[in-house]
This record gives sequence, structure tokens and C-alpha cells, in this order.
Amino acid sequence: MSPLAVEVWRGGAQGAFQSFEVPRHPSQTVLDVVTYIQRSLDATLAYRFACRVGMCGSCAMTVNGIPRWTCRTHVDKVARENKLVIAPPRNLPVIRDLVADMREFFDKWARAKGSFGGTQTRRDDFARVPPDSADRKQVDAGIECIGCGVCYSACDVVAWNPDYLGPAALNRAWTLVKDERDGATIERLRAVAGDAGCHACHTHMSCTERCPVRISPTAGIAGLKREVAKAALRGKL
Amino acid sequence: MNAQRETLLWVAQRASAAVLAACVLVHLATIIYAVRGGLSAAEILGRTHGNAAWLTFYSIFVLGVAVHAPIGLRSVFIEWLGWRGVSRDVALLLFSFLLLVMGMRAVLVLFA
Repeated sequence: MSPLAVEVWRGGAQGAFQSFEVPRHPSQTVLDVVTYIQRSLDATLAYRFACRVGMCGSCAMTVNGIPRWTCRTHVDKVARENKLVIAPPRNLPVIRDLVADMREFFDKWARAKGSFGGTQTRRDDFARVPPDSADRKQVDAGIECIGCGVCYSACDVVAWNPDYLGPAALNRAWTLVKDERDGATIERLRAVAGDAGCHACHTHMSCTERCPVRISPTAGIAGLKREVAKAALRGKL
Repeated sequence: MNAQRETLLWVAQRASAAVLAACVLVHLATIIYAVRGGLSAAEILGRTHGNAAWLTFYSIFVLGVAVHAPIGLRSVFIEWLGWRGVSRDVALLLFSFLLLVMGMRAVLVLFA
């Protein structure tokens, strides 16, 4: 196998791509490539990872122009003519090299009222939510988000309208709206309405296309639009 | 931001889109049907003058446009120009009024 030609972003918002040559291996991932560069070629390269098995959501980068989880992205699936261009995830401020500042991304989860608002106390019995109930199925479809930011990075509306809460935060809100144990639905619907919330979504479906764990935030956002509209027409917002 | 108002604007845009979809289809089909053997201005006026059904249909069409276009422009202004707030909404209200006046003027001239 001939070596891989890799261009890696160096610097912050202002910076440039640096070229490296990396040996190829079978089943090599993009994260393996970045790790090789950092350990063998340039120890000053900054990047993030933790679990390496697609659970922690910390290794998102832009690979050949497309946001991806790099630990589960095989080089032979994404390299074009044996070349890789690796950049930090889009729509987030770059701290250094491949590391983006995720604060705004997670602050938006809080702004979308992404925390569970329970109605029971520890003295109450466990809530029993039937696995085959319609609402539970909707929750199950969206609940496995790993918070990697790939959807946020893929979203054009975030790029155009920086106040937009983004697909991950809205997906989180949707799983809580459909959680029958949660008691903060109206406050949450109020938080996700409007031109920084679900109504800003153009249904481009880039988030759904790129989500590494195959969640469809687009479906959740469409659901939020319906629930918000119902609440508004009943005068409850 | 007023969630209730924002949401009702969104509902109004969706509802007006549904109205416009029907209106555009009827409008285009009627044009194609009406001009099969050629059509003069006098013939058009002959059909529209005093025609209450025609007046009702095109009044709804104009109203749909005056509701739909300004709400859509709100998002365009945010995304392209970063323009929000009262100044944008006042400008769009004026634009809506302009569409309504120009549209209804044309409709009434053909009806009366």
C-alpha cells in the first residue's frame, strides 16, 4: 500500500493546512491517521478523542469536506486518490488545530431546555413506560445521541443563523417532549419555538444524512413543529 | 422573542402555502385552457367583468401572497443579512401591505 497524503489544519481560526505522509494499514481509521501524526511526526498536533469505539462523541472532524466521527471512519472508505484533508468540525470556534470549542453547542442544549423535568419524588414508584407505546418509540428513535456535534457541523442553517439551536439540541428537546415522565413540556416548547428554534429548520436533512448513529434530528424537529403549533393554536405557549 | 406569535406566523405561512399551491394550479390550468384558440384583452375583460367567482378566487390568491411572502422573507433577512427586530418586521408589514394593495388594485380593475 502506498503511503497516504494527509493535509491537516494547523492553527486557530487563522491557519493553514500542513502536509504529512502516513503509512497505510488495513482497517486503518482516520483517528489512527491523526494519532500516528501526533505520536510519530509532530507531537504539537492538538486533537480530541477518548473511547475510540464510537461511544464518547469527542473525535468529530471534517474529513475531505464532510463531518464525520473519525474513530469509526475507515480510510479506505473516505480517501480520494489516496489523499485525506482533515479539518476541525465546522460551525464551531477553533481552539487549535483539530480541536473546536464545544461550549456553544452544549449551551444550546441548555437553552432548548434539554434537561429532564421530573414530576415525581424518590418516594414514588418507578414509572412504567411500555416499550411499544407510540411516544416511547419516538424517544427510542432519538435517545442514543452521543453529542459528537457532527449534525451541528453539517447544518447549513447553523452556518447562516448562528443563534439557531441546531439539530442535536432540538433532537434532545424532542426526546423529552415525548417522555411521559417529564413535566416541563410547555416551557420546552416555548424554548424551541421561533426563528432560532425548530421553525428555522429548512429540512435540508444534512444532520440526518451525517449522523453517525443514524438518528434523524429532522424527524424530531418536524415533530417539534407539530407540537409547538398545536400548543400555539390552543393558546398554551 | 414571543413564542406564541412566532409559531402563529409559521402556521400562517404553512396555511397560506397550501392555499397558494391550489391557487397556482387553478390559475395555470385556467390560463392554458383559456388561451387554446388565442385570447384578446377584450375577451379577458368580458370574462372577468362582474364575475363574482373570479373576484373571490383572485382576492384569496392576493391575500395568500400578502401573508406568505413577507413571513418567508423574515427568514431570508435573518440568514442573509442578519436583520431582525422591529425594523425588519415594520419593513415587512409595509411590504405585505404593498403586495395587498397592488394585487387588489389589479383584481378590482379587471372586475369592475
